[in-house]
Amino acid sequence: MESVDMSWVMLGTILVFFMHAGFSMVETGFTRSKNSLNILMKNFLTISIGAVLYFIVGYGFMFGTDAFGFIGTDGFVLNGVEDIGFFIFQSMFAATCATIISGAVAERIKLNSYILLTIVMTAFIYPVVGHWVWGGGWLSELGFVDFAGSTVVHFTGAAGAIAAVMLLGARIGKYSKDGKSNVIPASNVPLGALGVFLLWFGWFGFNGGSALAADVTVVPHVISTTMLSASAAVIASAYYSSLRYKKIDASLTLNGALGGLVGITAGTAAVSLTGSIIIGLISGIVLVEGVAFVDRNLKLDDPVGAIAVHGACGIWGTIAVGFFATDGGLFYGGGATLLGIQALGVVATFAWTFIMTFIVFGVIKAVAGIRVSEEEEISGLDFAEHGSQAYELKDIMVTTPPARQSNTGPTGATLVERLDQLHGKSIKMD
Amino acid sequence: MKKIECIIRPEKFSELRQKLGDFGIYGLTVTEAAGCGLQEGKTGVYRGNEYEINLFPKIKIEMVLTEDMTGEVITLIKEICGEGNVGDGKIFVMPVEDVIRIRTGENGVGAISS
Repeated sequence: MESVDMSWVMLGTILVFFMHAGFSMVETGFTRSKNSLNILMKNFLTISIGAVLYFIVGYGFMFGTDAFGFIGTDGFVLNGVEDIGFFIFQSMFAATCATIISGAVAERIKLNSYILLTIVMTAFIYPVVGHWVWGGGWLSELGFVDFAGSTVVHFTGAAGAIAAVMLLGARIGKYSKDGKSNVIPASNVPLGALGVFLLWFGWFGFNGGSALAADVTVVPHVISTTMLSASAAVIASAYYSSLRYKKIDASLTLNGALGGLVGITAGTAAVSLTGSIIIGLISGIVLVEGVAFVDRNLKLDDPVGAIAVHGACGIWGTIAVGFFATDGGLFYGGGATLLGIQALGVVATFAWTFIMTFIVFGVIKAVAGIRVSEEEEISGLDFAEHGSQAYELKDIMVTTPPARQSNTGPTGATLVERLDQLHGKSIKMD
Repeated sequence: MKKIECIIRPEKFSELRQKLGDFGIYGLTVTEAAGCGLQEGKTGVYRGNEYEINLFPKIKIEMVLTEDMTGEVITLIKEICGEGNVGDGKIFVMPVEDVIRIRTGENGVGAISS
């Protein structure tokens, strides 16, 4: 690899790593402050476990020698793999896929059960999908187009999230007995907004780095379509939310930026700049409708909107390639073949990920339990799982001495003696 | 007129608020509070060191009622907020000399009815 190509891919790797800061802040901001430590720990453990496991087995399943178009079979612990740069870039993606689930299951999942799911996700479920599309598997043989992972990373994460949330159930108080969806407000929207900016920033590496070379004909185009789609989606979700709910909804608009980014991820190199704006505009609307559909129709409790962002917009982005690809897309005279292949890829990915996650998480549920106790959920996962809080009461309240101390001082002491003790001197006059 | 001041578990607040509304009580003042009583402290761990937490987050609700409503409201609060555990909270009842609605200047019972 030329060193200039290497530099670009490594820069992309570092940018994708920083998306985990974005995920952490989005999830912390959009949930209640009594669960913040727990969410931070989930995000830190996800990227760390993901990187190590992807090195040990994930990369081999994804990019090893193909068996039946289904799975890779060698290259474990990078045995015989020369391109370490490609490995480390891909390892960031594996952790991203797992961390998408983290947001959807926030505020009620047992940390250790989540970790078990993350292990299976990064070591096996995700690498298999990745192999189908990027590792020479059956979908890539068909000509399925997913440049940077609308389906492979985002939709896979969302499909896993749907299965996990179905098994886990909603947070206490989210749905009334008559099925009404209640508001559980975000604790810190500015923190969530910072998270969205960090994700947007990292996404230039996610899409741009996926060129895998500092290719002048690809990278500037990819960065541009990424920016234009995200911007169009912000505009669309802001104004569509104001049409639907009378006011521009701040947190939906923030989700909209992410929806536009997910939407362009598959076709970022294959569509024109104008095409990317249209994809983004539709992503913004799909996002607003997707959040409403998941929340009120499917009744899946997803505190951060991960299923709508990564699922609904992931499907749209993948299908959109079939319409907007300048080479082979329906709108460019390419017929419906590519569109059909794109749709098949979405269906196959959903079937595999949903079923596998459902089985794995179902087994964990039966054996160890996946949900914290009602008491722990009400008082917050921070104290129950980690023994302290992200935000304590005012520090003076935490460090006050126990209330049940006697305030009469040493037994038998007179007032004069106690005052003496307070001043640290003795005036005994024998 | 009586003033009712009650200290309750935070998670009971939304249900109590709703039931008070059903009962016809819309005016109340809410404060986030912290307090201690019979409820035993819990032990946390921060960077490996244990620490005692002996103040618990609570919600303080204040409302002024006509005397005939007081008994029923107290029953309502006891029903909703009483788990039968230490830490359920307290209800304080005290007499109120007068109430003045700032907007209109009216006073007495007229100032607390809609």
